Amino acid sequence: MVVKIEARGLGLGYGETRIWKDLNLDITEPGLVGILGPNGVGKSTFMYALNKILEPIEGTVYLDGVDIQTMDYKDIAKLVAYVPQQSNETFAMSVLDTVMMGRYPISGFTTTEEDVRIAIRCLKMMNLTDLAMRNFNELSAGQHQKVMIARGLAQQPQILMLDEPTSNLDIFHQVYVMKLLRDIAKEQGIIVLVICHDLNVASRFADRLILLNKGHIAADGPSEVVITPENIKNVYNMDADVVNSDGRPYVIYHVDESVSMGEKPPSGSKEVD
Amino acid sequence: MKIGNLLTELRDRASLSKTLVMTDGESDEDFVFREYKVARRSKVLFLAAFALLFLILVGYKITLGEYDIGFFDVYDTLWKHITGSIDPLDPIQRMNDNVVWEQRLPRVLTAILVGVGLAAAGAAMQSMMKNPLADPYTTGISSGALFGATLAMTLGIYIVGGYYGRVLNAFIFALVPAVFIIMLSRWKKPSPAMMILVGIAIMYIFNAFQSYMMLRADPNAASSVYTWSVGSIGMTTWEQIPIIGVISILGFAALFIMTRTLNALNSGDAYAKSLGINVDRVRILCLILISIIAAGIVSFTGIIGFIGLVSPHIARIFVGSDNRILLPASAMLGACMMLICDIVSFLIIGATLQIGIVTAMIGGPIFMLILIAQQKEVW
Repeated sequence: MVVKIEARGLGLGYGETRIWKDLNLDITEPGLVGILGPNGVGKSTFMYALNKILEPIEGTVYLDGVDIQTMDYKDIAKLVAYVPQQSNETFAMSVLDTVMMGRYPISGFTTTEEDVRIAIRCLKMMNLTDLAMRNFNELSAGQHQKVMIARGLAQQPQILMLDEPTSNLDIFHQVYVMKLLRDIAKEQGIIVLVICHDLNVASRFADRLILLNKGHIAADGPSEVVITPENIKNVYNMDADVVNSDGRPYVIYHVDESVSMGEKPPSGSKEVD
Repeated sequence: MKIGNLLTELRDRASLSKTLVMTDGESDEDFVFREYKVARRSKVLFLAAFALLFLILVGYKITLGEYDIGFFDVYDTLWKHITGSIDPLDPIQRMNDNVVWEQRLPRVLTAILVGVGLAAAGAAMQSMMKNPLADPYTTGISSGALFGATLAMTLGIYIVGGYYGRVLNAFIFALVPAVFIIMLSRWKKPSPAMMILVGIAIMYIFNAFQSYMMLRADPNAASSVYTWSVGSIGMTTWEQIPIIGVISILGFAALFIMTRTLNALNSGDAYAKSLGINVDRVRILCLILISIIAAGIVSFTGIIGFIGLVSPHIARIFVGSDNRILLPASAMLGACMMLICDIVSFLIIGATLQIGIVTAMIGGPIFMLILIAQQKEVW
């Protein structure tokens, strides 16, 4: 049974800066959900609000019908796993120990053999068993990203949220990770929420796309509804053609060399009125 | 060979799992699981080695002094005292007992408890603040405690009176920088460098008030306060040791319970929250515990620098950064370092120099070495 996400009248921001106002969104079906939008539009902020990392200024987020403000952090962690955009370790542990940290909400202080084996299986899913005993700091940025995805999987969540999980990965691993996430969502019947900048990768693998722009949802639906030349022009200020590739929209961008790219950047996270 | 490479080499050699080979028919999962178990075992072996070093240092330290007593006689006397089997008719046994138990053991126990408390506090603070320079000294917590205790000793100003008034004074003023750190990390999102600079600023402010009080105090009182404040373990009595013991050991135990949480904090606040950790609550609890440890130690021994800073860094080379192993390893190394500094001061100077001076003389160069060897910039 899928754990549903419902946002009602959500207002989010940092200090005086308001990024979201009156945001309403339902994610009730299992599958891979891609969140798209220009830099600074508030994609990560939105994700933070869904697992109480950031408390909303107004409005409510419900997980399976329960207001998350009334939920303990521990209860949320048993439902939702979060994979950050970048690794942020000061004192790195081994790769396996890092992945096992994902077991914390389930096993607490102790580590059982089952915890270790689950962590190893998650590393195996990311083709990382060779690096299991290496120090996390010795790895490349792409390998860091794969370890963090494995750590998120080790949490065995009902909702998996990933903030740009493919940003440091080569093409093979971008496709591999997105395909893996889609399959996990399908097989386990869970919601996998992915912030993504590559429209083509998102279009190819996501069951649903949510395109964000300037404090509102610009488009929401299957990729053929969201990935259109009009939406790309409106949100990213880019001219593009959209063609069909393997039954999914595929974007071909046009770059006018005679116009400076700096003249009209996408407006992104202009503060909401 | 570069120092950094040397440390990496040392750490790699320390992990016995590097030498394992996959056997025929063994799955990936089983092989990695075996590697994991061997790596854990090698870390426990290091803990055992530190414990052995600790026992050797304790025995050796007690042999040092004008009265000659052998290494094994020390442990024999300790055992006989604990089991109550000292022969009252044997003058040598009685003399040994008096020297070991009454004269030398309080100093040794103080050194151990201070080492355990400061090193555990340092290790916890470094993980909690994601800062390799953090310890009760560099964050101004020890200076606050010193100021509070001095206030009681020189001017007789107690927030709460009684026998424990000095410790309570120290604790209240140790909380000042701790509260500042909490407020700063909550509202300003400071960089690690900013955090330490703020700690140093607080330290200077407290030191200025401390100097002012010393200048205004009666010269005799000022002299004894100064001797205590630079880090002295020779003044503690058997009556005071249980207090330092309770503060240090219980403080260590409480921090140990929080070690997996500290591991998560080391990955950043956002990720720690997503693991179900109430980051603000944990940070407050941790800083209160560290303030209690620092206040308890500073009240009786003055400021002893570098133990809290250096011990976790050395322990990390051998056992890695998992706080569940790192905290006990740091505590054990902290106790060993205190004993080594006390032994060195006795052997070189021939008298018992204030240990705070020796820990700085030895700990300073070690810390510089670690900083230079560090391969990754962390601030």
